[in-house]
Amino acid sequence: MRGRTIFLVGLVLAVLGSAAAWAADTAAVRIGAVLAVTGPAANLGLPESRTLQMLVDDANRTGGIAGRKVELIIKDSQGSAEKAVSFAKQLVEEERVLAIIGPTTSGESMKLKGYVEENETIMISCAAAEAIVNPVAKWVFKVPQMDSFAARMIYSTMKRMGISRVGVVASNTGFGQGGKAQLEKLAPEYGITIASSEVYDASASDFTGVLTKVKGQGVQALVNWSVEPAQSIIPKNMKQTGFDVPLFQSHGFGNIRYVEAAGKAAEGIIFPCGRLLVADKLPADHPQKRVLEGYKKEYEEKFKDEVSTFGGHAYDAFLILSDAITRAGSIEPGAVRDAIEQTRGLVGTAGIFNFSPTDHNGLTMDAFEMLTVRNGQFALLGK
Amino acid sequence: MGAAQILQYLLSGVTTGSIYAIVGIGFTIIYNATGIINFAQGEFLMLGGMIAISLHGFLPLPQAIALAVVATGLCGVGVQLVFLSWLRRPDILRMIIITIGLSILIREAALHVWDEKVHALVYWTGDETSSLAVLGARISPQLLWVLGACALMVASLTLFFRYTLTGKAMRACASNATAARLCGIRLPWLVTLSFFLAAAMGALAGCVVSPMTQTQYDMGTSLAVKGFTCAVLGGLGSVGGAVAAGILVGVLESASISVLPLAFKDVVALTIMLAILLVRPQGLFAAIGRKTGPL
Repeated sequence: MRGRTIFLVGLVLAVLGSAAAWAADTAAVRIGAVLAVTGPAANLGLPESRTLQMLVDDANRTGGIAGRKVELIIKDSQGSAEKAVSFAKQLVEEERVLAIIGPTTSGESMKLKGYVEENETIMISCAAAEAIVNPVAKWVFKVPQMDSFAARMIYSTMKRMGISRVGVVASNTGFGQGGKAQLEKLAPEYGITIASSEVYDASASDFTGVLTKVKGQGVQALVNWSVEPAQSIIPKNMKQTGFDVPLFQSHGFGNIRYVEAAGKAAEGIIFPCGRLLVADKLPADHPQKRVLEGYKKEYEEKFKDEVSTFGGHAYDAFLILSDAITRAGSIEPGAVRDAIEQTRGLVGTAGIFNFSPTDHNGLTMDAFEMLTVRNGQFALLGK
Repeated sequence: MGAAQILQYLLSGVTTGSIYAIVGIGFTIIYNATGIINFAQGEFLMLGGMIAISLHGFLPLPQAIALAVVATGLCGVGVQLVFLSWLRRPDILRMIIITIGLSILIREAALHVWDEKVHALVYWTGDETSSLAVLGARISPQLLWVLGACALMVASLTLFFRYTLTGKAMRACASNATAARLCGIRLPWLVTLSFFLAAAMGALAGCVVSPMTQTQYDMGTSLAVKGFTCAVLGGLGSVGGAVAAGILVGVLESASISVLPLAFKDVVALTIMLAILLVRPQGLFAAIGRKTGPL
């Protein structure tokens, strides 16, 4: 009788113990995302949230990340920094997520930088501004290429084309202002004079006035830096006002919809961009080709919509996080954070990531390719 | 600054201003019939543009636009019948708040029916790159369409409000609903009609500006703000006033761009507007209207 009781108690303990051990080993990974799924930045946020959901579903179907189920909680910030902050608080304090993917825009990311740093939560931003990771914050990473790389790519292309006097227009958003600051900072280094530098309202719908002003400065090229529909109105207005100089845009132009909206006026626009949009035009032995074509095919088949670089940012953020969790072998935030910092040679859609304690972006200028628009399609410049 | 450049600034001002003006017209119609400001007017514009863009996929442009105008007009009627007509005592503040709610509703619905992306209707003549030379300055041919549509709307609405029985009845409703009822005017029917007209005119405006401004599900708000300002500045209810005020604001903005950084554009325009409203709170062109009713 006594023996049997001991045996039963032992059995129960064993079951409980193993259950506890099992729970500890394979507790689900909780990932939060703060993305601008609707609102003015929906062009960016929607592909990001779709991509993330697709990757999480894929991961759960094939056994999760390192044997753990993935729980994804997406919050729609509508591009508003205030909403982004309150959703981030919810995710960290109530949902207790391991990491936050996003936010979508630079303004939101800068608002969250201090908060996640204080609360020691990993944040992998999908926004471009340099200031997100410069100065480096311990818990903050970002996946899109740096503004300064884009500005450098633009300037070195201009130099090759013999352009030295330019006009700059940028939208009054975090992204526009970040880019404008980089352009102004780097111009002397490349021997370029900015003859005119203007800021416009993100929702403006006609630019003929400011283009007349810039044209009057006798510039050889115009640079526009924004993520708004202005990117396709400006080329139209340039043609309509007979302003015939090359137009350079930022990597924010990486969405074929902007080309479609600008129609014929988009021909010949030059801009730096990741390779996702020209995946089919890359040589077969390019290290990114397989990742890019795989993502493009899956996304386009699933959502019947063209892939854009923004969805690619969410892809990269998830890839980096799941790679780090696998290498860390745990979901202890500190261990995962350290593992992200040790990421080497990880092939993503934006480029090949090599993080370090001083570099929380992990990309080099090589992540960009100069693209142009030819016959309504993106094409590699000069090829 | 050469003469050609000054002319280019002026024409650029007219371009921007004509967009404000055509949006402003829509506000005046419903105001004339009901005395309320319809804050969903910008959404009618967006709807018109979106529907025309979708229809243009399989219809020629004129038919697509005509259908979009009628369809949006019917949407306006639907909105009025479902959300506003059941109000027993149509208190103005309540109706205005309902239109604000409606604007959000239409916007979100459009996000689901279409998508979050930027669309644009094709240019009515020529394409994105065509431009007309006017004494050394250049404009888009679409500008002529916008100005033409403005002129057509002003002319037809003026004739309608001033000379037709229905138009007169509509103005009567706005100036005194009880008196109008006592004279045998069927108020609810006229309010519905005014929503049809405003939505249809909004849709036409949305189609004619779409090649220039592009159409996105949330474009309504930012266009409506400027359009509303112009409607007020023109003396609410005056169709011609809204157009004149729109073009005036556009030219002022453009003039400010020529001497100040672009970022100050709205500051300059709004300051002048505030100054004008302080001196003439009834709007710039209201004096003409006072004599002949709200026109």
